[in-house]
Amino acid sequence: MRLLGESHKYHLDEYAQHKSQLPGRRLQWLTALREDAIKRFVALGFPTPRDEGWKYTNVAPIEKKRFTLPTIRAASAFDASIVAGLALPGTSMLVFVDGRHVPELSSLRPLPVGAAVSSVAAMLETQPEEVEAAMTRATPRASTFTALNTAWMSDGLFVALEAGVELVEPIHVLYLATTPDTATHTRNIIVAGPNSRAAIIEQHAALTDAAYFTNVVTDITIKRGARIEHHKVQDEGRAAFHIAAVTADVARDGHFVSGSHAFGGVLARVGINVALNGEGAQCTLDGLYMPNSRQHIDHHTRIDHNQPRGTSRELYKGVMAGAGHGVFNGKIVVQPNAQRSDAEQTNRNLLLSDNAEVDTRPQLEIWADDVKCSHGATVGQLDVDQIFYLRSRGVDDASARALLTYGFAAEMAERVSFAALRDRIDALIRARLPQPLEKLA
Amino acid sequence: MGSPTFNLDEFIGQKYRQGFFTPLESDTVPHGLDENVIRLISEKKGEPAFMLDWRLQAYRHWLTMTEPKWSSVKYPPIDYQAISYYSAPKSKKVGPRSLDEVDPELLRTYEKLGVPLAEREMLAGVAVDAVFDSVSVATTFKAKLAELGIIFSSFSDAVKEYPELVQKYLGSVVPYTDNYFACLNSAVFSDGSFCYIPPGVRCPMELSTYFRINARNTGQFERTLIIADKGAYVSYLEGCTAPMRDENQLHAAVVELIALEDAQIKYSTVQNWYPGDKNGKGGIYNFVTKRGECRGDNARISWTQVETGSAITWKYPSVVLRGDNSIGEFYSVALTNNHQQADTGTKMIHLGKNTRSTILSKGISAGHGHNAYRGLVKVAKSAVNARNYTQCDSLLLGDQCAAHTFPYIEVKNPGAQIEHEATTSRIGEDQLFYCQSRGLSAEDAVAMIVNGFCKEVFKELPMEFAVEAQKLLGISLEGSVG
Repeated sequence: MRLLGESHKYHLDEYAQHKSQLPGRRLQWLTALREDAIKRFVALGFPTPRDEGWKYTNVAPIEKKRFTLPTIRAASAFDASIVAGLALPGTSMLVFVDGRHVPELSSLRPLPVGAAVSSVAAMLETQPEEVEAAMTRATPRASTFTALNTAWMSDGLFVALEAGVELVEPIHVLYLATTPDTATHTRNIIVAGPNSRAAIIEQHAALTDAAYFTNVVTDITIKRGARIEHHKVQDEGRAAFHIAAVTADVARDGHFVSGSHAFGGVLARVGINVALNGEGAQCTLDGLYMPNSRQHIDHHTRIDHNQPRGTSRELYKGVMAGAGHGVFNGKIVVQPNAQRSDAEQTNRNLLLSDNAEVDTRPQLEIWADDVKCSHGATVGQLDVDQIFYLRSRGVDDASARALLTYGFAAEMAERVSFAALRDRIDALIRARLPQPLEKLA
Repeated sequence: MGSPTFNLDEFIGQKYRQGFFTPLESDTVPHGLDENVIRLISEKKGEPAFMLDWRLQAYRHWLTMTEPKWSSVKYPPIDYQAISYYSAPKSKKVGPRSLDEVDPELLRTYEKLGVPLAEREMLAGVAVDAVFDSVSVATTFKAKLAELGIIFSSFSDAVKEYPELVQKYLGSVVPYTDNYFACLNSAVFSDGSFCYIPPGVRCPMELSTYFRINARNTGQFERTLIIADKGAYVSYLEGCTAPMRDENQLHAAVVELIALEDAQIKYSTVQNWYPGDKNGKGGIYNFVTKRGECRGDNARISWTQVETGSAITWKYPSVVLRGDNSIGEFYSVALTNNHQQADTGTKMIHLGKNTRSTILSKGISAGHGHNAYRGLVKVAKSAVNARNYTQCDSLLLGDQCAAHTFPYIEVKNPGAQIEHEATTSRIGEDQLFYCQSRGLSAEDAVAMIVNGFCKEVFKELPMEFAVEAQKLLGISLEGSVG
């Protein structure tokens, strides 16, 4: 048992003081869950670099800050044009401001029968049992931040698809942070029935440059033969702290596609845990991180091949500029009975400046023999031959570097099938280049 | 091919019996560890004051440390107070009296390796009274080395004869504060080898523990210190392909290599200690700290290891690339069969400019064996133009074994170029079928494929070692295929 630190006391006091404002306070199971979670949080404490999983990411700044719960503001207090500017055409959009769903800003397009798309807070009012199943599952082995999330959970996206339901249009969830020094804890729950299909875009953006803390948990259940795409576009404010945990439970012949595109925040950490729990389950994990100035962006992925014939493909790319610090930790575990598993993992990093840093740790843990598993990791810089080639064609040095950097990163945008999202990611990549590309493109 | 080596093998045990064994037979300190035991060890060895101080400092630091638990190896807790830290080698009464009493499995292995009969007794720990005459040969070698100014002696002798060299370099690569086991070793190390190659000298022969007096039973806390002065070259061989009988379960050795400007050290290990029986009972815990430092510019250190023995192998031979243009290399084959566990790999710490490192690791898991590669490639801010290439391949034989890969890559310099590749696979049915259709037995076919898998590492071994290593691999894999 650790000594109860200042920050723990702070969180306990805050919780005692504010628990009556949290949604679902009349639900006994939820209150019990929240109480257990805050106890678990105190027992675990904040991770430190001495913990193997947090070796390269120091969350002390989050621990030191005294974030408060954001107050609920009326929808009229927001400029709707900002939301419109962030909207993606051809999607149903749910907007959450400071961790609360704002129906006035959201726009749901017609949904097929058998599809439920709502907010978690609304579900707690109408059909709490749907939320209960998903929330209780994650609790027992929760990490510090997931425990905090459970204790404080304010809202989130809720999607449930019945068997065979296919959402043609993606669902776009926009999380907007507007208030400095606040912490938001949101949870997305996605349950895809057998052979259903959907794509979900989770975007984080901010209207403030001051520090705030986003702690988001996404829980995805993919039943037999279903396919879920989950794209995260993390474009938080410059001083934001962003901690995210994505878990996906994939049943037989199910397919989970994940994209994590990380651009914002001063300290961001995304954990993605995929369990291939049925025969022939698949997952595709893509990721791009582009830290610059003093940003720190960390991705931790873990894929468990728990059943035979599973396939996993993972490609993560990083571009580190300024004093940016990128971290990639990818683990693939093949359990003893998961014969004929096929896993491939690649991590490529581009270091653009003297003060940039990257730490990469691709890991394989194989307990079965009839498997095909490989991983590769590279760290390097732009190819001098390619720069020379461009220069010999009359492109100046800075433009040549920008173009090659763009080419390296844009591959991740190109892999996105939904055009509007692809363009959005492409724009974010261009905005991060050391020099604009207009002249060439 | 193997015979010259085996002949040389004969000297060792003999010399040691004469020089060390008999007089110390009564010197056994009771179990347990405290400052008095350390003072006693130091006194018995007739060490200068600085050595005792160093040991005591290490011991005091050790008391503040806790045993590390992060590795992937599992073993019951070790009772450090149950170990006798200064025991004379086991007396005749303890060992088997003749080969008839030795485990027939062990004998069969000797036969396969082609170990001469007389030597088998020595290796199996049989207390033989017959004396082979070997003194003369060993002396010849010593004279030849002395002529070139090369110092090659036991650690105990070096402490007495060259205290200034020992004091200068001891603990300069692996300080006693380094880790739990290295710290314990620093406090209680029994003996080991010391080697110094003077500037510009190329050591004319492969230095080996084979040649050394007092080579065997240096105990469980061995310490090796090798210094290659400016422009010197040495190739050092450690270990033995034949399985050695050993009473000590825990082995916590420390090896320090120092290569000054333009110097080169090549360190090869074949480790085949008792791995325990088929059910995982017994066997050695081999927890070793090995590290080399390229202290001068253009220095080069290469580690080659073939690890087939021990119940648990837990070590990371590392290179600190401090000098500009220095090179670090790590070539490893680690085989785990039955219930063996291995957590091994390397650390390449790039500090100097234009430093290069190569890592080639081949892990083979069979039976219930667990094999983990754990490595670190670190490029500091000062290491402009650093290069690293890492390849870790794992081969799985059987559905109860496991293979893990845990590489760490930390880069703080944009000029670095780092590549890491790893694969895990098993021997294909088609490969086996092809070999068998050409008349090879299933076992020979596996041995052949595994040897092919390890070829890149074996070619880094000195010739006679390489030949033995191949045979060894075949034997260690026996019974792992249907």
